[in-house]
Amino acid sequence: MTNGHTTEVTTTVLGADEIILNMGPQHPSTHGVLRVKLKLDGERVVDSECIIGYLHRGVEKIAEHRSYQQFAPYVDRMDYVAAVSNGLGYCEAVEKLLGTEAPPRAKVVRTILTELQRIASHLLWLGTHALDIGALTPVFYCFREREEILKVFEKYCGARLTTHAFRIGGLQYETYDGFEEDVKRFCHDFEHRVDEYETLLTENRIWVGRTKGVGVISAEDCIALGVTGPVLRASGLKWDLRKAMPYAAYDQYEFEIPTRPTGDTYDRYIVRMEEMRQSRRICLQAVENIPSGPILGKVGKVLKPPPGEVYHSIEAPKGELGYYIVSDGTTQPYRVRVRPPSFINLQAFRKMAQGALVADVVAIIGTIDIVLGEVDR
Amino acid sequence: MGHLIPSSIAPYVLPVVYAVVIVAVLPLLAGYIVLLERKVMADMQARLGPMRVGPHGLLQPIADALKLLIKEDIIPANADKLMFWLAPLVSVTMALLAYAALPIGPSFQIADLNVGLLFILGISSLGIYGIVLGGWASNSHYSLLGALRSAAQLVSYETAAGLGLVSALLLAGSLSMKEIVQAQYDQGTWFIFSVPVGFFIYMVGSIAETNRAPFDLPEAESELVAGYMTEYSGFRWSLYFLAEYANMIIVAGIATTLFLGGWLRPFARWHDHFPGTSLEFFDVIPSLVFLAAAAYCFYLAPKQPVQIQKAVMAAFGGACLLLAGAMAAALLASPEVMAGVHGAFWFMAKVVAYLYAFLWFRFTFPRYRFDQLMRLGWRFLIPLALVNVISIGIAIVLKQSLGWIPFWAMLVMNIVTLGVAAWLATEGDKPEAALQTADTES
Repeated sequence: MTNGHTTEVTTTVLGADEIILNMGPQHPSTHGVLRVKLKLDGERVVDSECIIGYLHRGVEKIAEHRSYQQFAPYVDRMDYVAAVSNGLGYCEAVEKLLGTEAPPRAKVVRTILTELQRIASHLLWLGTHALDIGALTPVFYCFREREEILKVFEKYCGARLTTHAFRIGGLQYETYDGFEEDVKRFCHDFEHRVDEYETLLTENRIWVGRTKGVGVISAEDCIALGVTGPVLRASGLKWDLRKAMPYAAYDQYEFEIPTRPTGDTYDRYIVRMEEMRQSRRICLQAVENIPSGPILGKVGKVLKPPPGEVYHSIEAPKGELGYYIVSDGTTQPYRVRVRPPSFINLQAFRKMAQGALVADVVAIIGTIDIVLGEVDR
Repeated sequence: MGHLIPSSIAPYVLPVVYAVVIVAVLPLLAGYIVLLERKVMADMQARLGPMRVGPHGLLQPIADALKLLIKEDIIPANADKLMFWLAPLVSVTMALLAYAALPIGPSFQIADLNVGLLFILGISSLGIYGIVLGGWASNSHYSLLGALRSAAQLVSYETAAGLGLVSALLLAGSLSMKEIVQAQYDQGTWFIFSVPVGFFIYMVGSIAETNRAPFDLPEAESELVAGYMTEYSGFRWSLYFLAEYANMIIVAGIATTLFLGGWLRPFARWHDHFPGTSLEFFDVIPSLVFLAAAAYCFYLAPKQPVQIQKAVMAAFGGACLLLAGAMAAALLASPEVMAGVHGAFWFMAKVVAYLYAFLWFRFTFPRYRFDQLMRLGWRFLIPLALVNVISIGIAIVLKQSLGWIPFWAMLVMNIVTLGVAAWLATEGDKPEAALQTADTES
């Protein structure tokens, strides 16, 4: 993978029947502004190269000129389809740096909203992934359910997409009246809806044909490339930060970590479908028993963390989302480095696409589940 | 009319009138099929579809056509200009030419050729030249890949679809479209019931031939942007579009004629088989359908938000009412008029039903991959079509030489064919691994 406009891989000599196909940055199924250079032999991919950076906004640099609180809304703009997860990771990282923790009530509400966000993110993935493979209808069903989640966000904090739902030290807003009922109603309806999507796709001969054995990657390769999240779990490794290094209130709830053995596109599909069910389970458990108490810990208006550094990572919908923050004792971070799951998972693309057909390339881009806002930052 | 026109050109007058009608009406019809498609899609996807241009989007096709007509005409700098200009014309000409032999009802046919079916198949296959030339002339990778896919796909599936038709032709014993329908009348059953497997094969093949989902690889949006049409815009693009929808109507027309009894009314020979009982009320259905449509339009008209939309909705209702009146009038007129008008109605109704199935598939299935498409064609459909032709042949022999009752002969041989289909379907999955290794080795 190279940044900018260098073209190393594809300037090698072409074979007699080989052509270069430039997919993106304007292409219906590159999920934003990803550019993929494909060296094709007929329709078979001989080599590929992802070219990124078209959406670079210098988010990490901006952090150095903002106070800790001021930077919080910016992280929502990285993985903009999972803004709540981004906010959780950042707030918890800064709390770790300050040496405080959010109060229990805030932790539980954070967990509920983050899991709803995971469902929303997976729904968006499912819809667009199915659309890439040519199923036109699931995307609308997915958006219908995602809309319900966004409505909960909107009622809670007034925003739907880039929510800035959490504050450093806890929450700014108390939950609204009827929050529990809304979440319960969503969870109740959602159970059948997931089954509905599965009837459209899971046993569909064409869907299975298009996803089984496509974009296979082994657990070893995943580890070597730093790939995390559903992609890793679909390769057979049971690694989920919610269980491995629990944060927020995840240690209080029962849930499974779905894994699959082969690491192909179909397995990643099954894993994400199952993850949505597990997220629903967590939401139901959490919403049954929200502790009372304060929602914002005592962190003060001006944050001046002691000099030092901290790395905190959470299990975002797409994989491990880490924040590495260095403090020099002033009100502004000295450096914020983000470990975005999409960016690192995208490295697996070249390996997955080797020898695939053009039609598989879009399936593979879809199955990695990238958001270019997060890849380029 | 006879005394006004010299007798030497008199035989050509009616066909020319029909041809003009076809060329004039078809673009409008294609536009409304697009509207139907969008409405059906919206219905299946829990949304409303076009609602803005005209009441319930009823004027959307006209707005779309106007927009396409006045769009800027772009020819890419590196394109082969002549070919780029010619390709959509080839496509649309071939698509329209095929209508010459398609009977829409017993009396509305431009030319009753004795090889009508062959003519339609041959002419509509030529449309592929437009696609290949367009893809090549655009000088773009996406277009070229789309065109190559289209060519390979058409060659493969034309064979299967053609063999599917052969099974019906064996029963009909003629290539003339009119005689095929007549044969279904004489035998008392639509051929879909005699050769269901043949119908299935033709249906799959015809979806692939017209590049519709799940076989829309030549224009696979998520892979090839728009395939062979990528570089086309405005009017040229709309010509391709028109050709595609015209071809859809053609294949639906062929399927209707060969398998669905053409313009025959359902239970057309009920009174022959069951004397004394009568299903003549079927003749009232066309009027009732349009009457119901008109009533629905009038019911919706006052609910429209704007005055002009109320008027347009009422106008559509009025048009439906006129058609209902025409159907009723035809019922009272001479038997020939009645057969012609009602035949056209039943024919179009069946065509629309067939097209609805197309749309249904499109919104339900994901897209095949190219190698899977080829495997399905060559390793499942073509062998199955061959077996089907042979078993239908055996059934005819059983019927004619051994004197079996046609129903039993057909039933037995169709069960045999279905068994072969099941075997092919399971067997087709098995040697996939072997095939893949052979592919990578070469």
